[in-house]
Amino acid sequence: MSLKNLFRHENTRRQALVKGYVVPETARCVQCGICSYHCPIEIDVRLHAWLGQSVKDRHCLTCGECVARCPRGVLSFEVTRFFDERGNA
Amino acid sequence: MTQRFVIIGTGVAGIAAAQAIRQQLPQASITLIGDEPDLYYSRPGLAYYLTKELPESSLFPIRRSALQKLNIGIVHGRAAQIDPDAHRIQLANGQNLPYDRLLIATGASAALPKLPGTELEGVVKLDNLADTRHIIKLARKTRTAVVIGGGITALEIVEGLAARKIAVHYLLRRDRYWSSVLEDEESRVIETRLREEGVQIHYHTQATQITEKRGRVAGVLMQDGRQIPCQMVAIAVGIRPRLELAAAIGLRMERGILVNEFLQTSQPDIYAAGDVAQVFDPLTGYYNMDSLWGPARQQGYIAGLNMAGGQSPYQKLAPFNVTRLAGLTTTIIGAVGNGQDDDLVGIARGDSETWRQLPAAIAAQKGFDINRMRVMVGSQFLIGAIVMGDQTLSLPLQHLIAEKADITAIRDDLLNPQANLSETLLDFWTSWRNDYATQ
Ligand SMILES: Cc1cc2nc3c(=O)[nH]c(=O)nc-3n(C[C@H](O)[C@H](O)[C@H](O)COP(=O)(O)OP(=O)(O)OC[C@H]3O[C@@H](n4cnc5c(N)ncnc54)[C@H](O)[C@@H]3O)c2cc1C
Repeated sequence: MSLKNLFRHENTRRQALVKGYVVPETARCVQCGICSYHCPIEIDVRLHAWLGQSVKDRHCLTCGECVARCPRGVLSFEVTRFFDERGNA
Repeated sequence: MTQRFVIIGTGVAGIAAAQAIRQQLPQASITLIGDEPDLYYSRPGLAYYLTKELPESSLFPIRRSALQKLNIGIVHGRAAQIDPDAHRIQLANGQNLPYDRLLIATGASAALPKLPGTELEGVVKLDNLADTRHIIKLARKTRTAVVIGGGITALEIVEGLAARKIAVHYLLRRDRYWSSVLEDEESRVIETRLREEGVQIHYHTQATQITEKRGRVAGVLMQDGRQIPCQMVAIAVGIRPRLELAAAIGLRMERGILVNEFLQTSQPDIYAAGDVAQVFDPLTGYYNMDSLWGPARQQGYIAGLNMAGGQSPYQKLAPFNVTRLAGLTTTIIGAVGNGQDDDLVGIARGDSETWRQLPAAIAAQKGFDINRMRVMVGSQFLIGAIVMGDQTLSLPLQHLIAEKADITAIRDDLLNPQANLSETLLDFWTSWRNDYATQ
């Protein structure tokens, strides 16, 4: 059953490999910890969600694993406007 | 003199209150009393532990050491009695604790149906970590299980047992699943998926007895005389707030402890928050019960601020939950419901009374295959929504409903079966959000 979801998650994951950071929608979070569990470099994403803070950890690989795994759609990927801003400058 | 704050219950409401008090009063004495040895863990996370998606070690968001660092005292034990005149709590072990301000955040526990045999070894419920460990242990020796009840918890147990390769029989009293919140077709989608997972659903079925063999579950006897042999019976017919402490001292209560919008009970120095509280909503004039993690956190936090001397009212948002029903991600927001459900007594876990209120609204629907969406369209606002499967519109609908966005401009389109509901909503949300951000 959750296999179907996993495949869908894989798609999201690939799309997420861009420059940016992970932003939580705290009201949706129940602190289950699936995000932190799947973080390959052990960032405590769950704590960020509790505090309502974006994951602006310089170690974050922006792999999107936490975004894809969260069963409640708490996390999303905010793309930094780095290139836009430069281009427009 | 330093003020003494005591909190009964180490669930999310209790933890949020302790943190709020500490934020306000760095010197105050704060003590948490909890009867669970595991202290604070993610209760909703238990469902993922059961399905093997999470190891037990990942369930603990804030550990004992982090609380100790905040100089929050922790007492392991059961609060047995409150003496409001002497401002004192007695624990079951006889220990006494004085308080100036007290928070009751005792949560709720599973209701048991009047069914002979519920005391047998092999009958389980899903309230806490100890229950989850117990189910996992029993699952190793279980080939067949019967699940009785409704709502989210019943299905979480069904999924957990199915993930552990147990043959599951799910008993429903009437003709469909969760009829108080879901519409007919939505129930059918879930039931179809359950059957695809190998779950056997028995409609119009009522258990009359759990049978035994040497003190252990041997089967379930049903009203039509049939018997399902099994080694485990799981019960999820709803929850009851843990009201004993409040009842013994005559706090005002109905289904839960009645509190005003400042989370204060009928005794001024005693507050209540979370699953145990029935909270006054000044907008509607009603006292509401939720069994939702987000509101429990928010209520605990607000209670903490007020116990520390603040005057913050609790503002009830549209109740909201994202859950998985038979593997299908489902968001439920605001008022969507249809009233009664015979598989549940009162409220269930992850549930809100608001969902069952029949909204003064017309349903706009969109459904194909497994992805479904139902939006309750009021005269000026969206009142509720259910999004099943594709979750693209889950967040936009949460925002539009919670913030009471004026939908007058798109109302006709929303109700026009020829118009594209998703596109209409998505376009509207995008421009609404831009306006909202620049306000
Ligand atoms: C399996 C499961 C799945 C859930 N899924 C969701 C979900 O997806 N979304 C959602 O919004 N909600 C969900 N919930 C509901 C959510 O967990 C509750 O709404 C929330 O935990 C309520 O918090 P609380 O602090 O009020 O109470 P609780 O978390 O129940 O904590 C109360 C604590 O007080 C302790 N206690 C009680 N009496 C005493 C006493 N006399 N002395 C000492 N200690 C005492 C209890 O043992 C408990 O530890 C789920 C619940 C369960 C069980």
